[in-house]
Amino acid sequence: MGDETSTLKKLRNASSIDQNTINNPKVAHLFIHQHEVVGSHLIPGLNVDVKSLEDSIKLNIELEEGIIVENPVQMCFGILHKKGIQRIIMKTKIGKKSKISIFAHCTFPNAVDVKHIMDADITIGKGANYSYFERHIHGDFGGIKVFPKAKIQVMDSAIFSTEFELLKGRVGLIDIDYDVTCHKKSILDMMARINGRVNDVIKIKETGDLIGDFSRGVLTSRVAVRDNASAEVYSKLSASGSYARGHVDCKEIVQDNGKVSAVPIVEVYNPKAHITHEASLGSVDSKQLQTLMARGLTEDDATDLIINGLLS
Amino acid sequence: MGLEGYRDIKGKIIFKGQEISKLGIDERARMGMTFGWQEPARYEGLKINDFLLASKTKKDEKFSIDALEQVGLNEKQYLHRAVDKTLSGGERKKVELASILTMDPDFIMLDEPDSGIDVATLELMFQVIKDLKQKGKTIVFITHSLAVLKQAEHAFLMCNGEIIQKSTSDKIIPYFENKCIPCPHKNEPDEEVSFDGR
Repeated sequence: MGDETSTLKKLRNASSIDQNTINNPKVAHLFIHQHEVVGSHLIPGLNVDVKSLEDSIKLNIELEEGIIVENPVQMCFGILHKKGIQRIIMKTKIGKKSKISIFAHCTFPNAVDVKHIMDADITIGKGANYSYFERHIHGDFGGIKVFPKAKIQVMDSAIFSTEFELLKGRVGLIDIDYDVTCHKKSILDMMARINGRVNDVIKIKETGDLIGDFSRGVLTSRVAVRDNASAEVYSKLSASGSYARGHVDCKEIVQDNGKVSAVPIVEVYNPKAHITHEASLGSVDSKQLQTLMARGLTEDDATDLIINGLLS
Repeated sequence: MGLEGYRDIKGKIIFKGQEISKLGIDERARMGMTFGWQEPARYEGLKINDFLLASKTKKDEKFSIDALEQVGLNEKQYLHRAVDKTLSGGERKKVELASILTMDPDFIMLDEPDSGIDVATLELMFQVIKDLKQKGKTIVFITHSLAVLKQAEHAFLMCNGEIIQKSTSDKIIPYFENKCIPCPHKNEPDEEVSFDGR
């Protein structure tokens, strides 16, 4: 820690991260602007090896076995300029019986022509608990393309929960591709919440393989599009482990000339496994709308309230 | 209100001296008219506080706290919960009634207000309704329940889409107690089965 650099401060402010959080020695943080680390603080048991390259940045993150990280680790990946490419190649290894929660702020407030590429390879050790919350903060121009891609192994009795949130600013183009394999007695909980407008394009591909006996998984997506925005959600959950249980839950609300599609695929290769799915696409529920309008809200205000709740 | 898909066939609706049959739900609501569903809507993610304050221009939490207290819900347990499927049917009824209280309308239509709630909650709801009545509000119940009918001063007995009796509620009560046997309704089946089993 030390005095904040100008870039760090701008990133922190754009991400709405409180300075006290960063100054707290018990809170680990890592700030990356394009391909350069502009601020970092680590805590015992959490090791981060960074290699800045011209066209990318490589991160090796390792949480040692049995380490319980009390406070969420604050990570910030961003570009403050109007133009640029950020390519992050991240390898994460969570040691056995350890626990960590990461709050990743992906911040591109001025993007006119920006590309953010994340290529992650994550292994969550036996009995470990890894929680990853990713919040995107984009500007209003829509000139951004985001490609988060991750391959995740959730080992025996481990827990992996992740939330992807893109509610502020324009989406631009987002193309998520997460592929998770769940081993024996492991748990997967994956959620995406995205709000698209104007001509934003949202693509979500999430795949869960419940190969372990007694493994469990839930894939949830909540998407709203308006104007000429579009969304495609492809959710695939398969179960081959005995007593594996899973659920796919997709809700997409469409307004104006927006377009949405959902492809929930559930596959079961074991008579002792069970997977369910539900998908709801289209307008706001009429009963919800009428109730709020009967309290005096206009149709537009009622719709906004319902959508804000759904995406909150 | 709440009857999307139905159309007016005849007559007028006069409220506060104004013909309102062509007005939308929200326009009628802004004149002071609202309703509560037999089974209230659920809202994923929408906090009870935000739901209760939807009708208020001034988003002051104290309105929500006061309304929750009136319907017997503890603010600490409920204010920041979502109006979603984690609430029981009875809880949703109470939250909906609380939202009507924060709105403070002049005319309230309640569809089957006793549906899905326990006896203790029903007494509490009746008390809230009595309080509203004392404040000069007009409340219309749609009900199949004798207990609810007994809360009313006036009643209209409807059958097959028509009003067949209008009176003080004590005169309608026998129709409920006698299971409508005296009712000359027009929708008789070919072979009517009497209530004594013949």
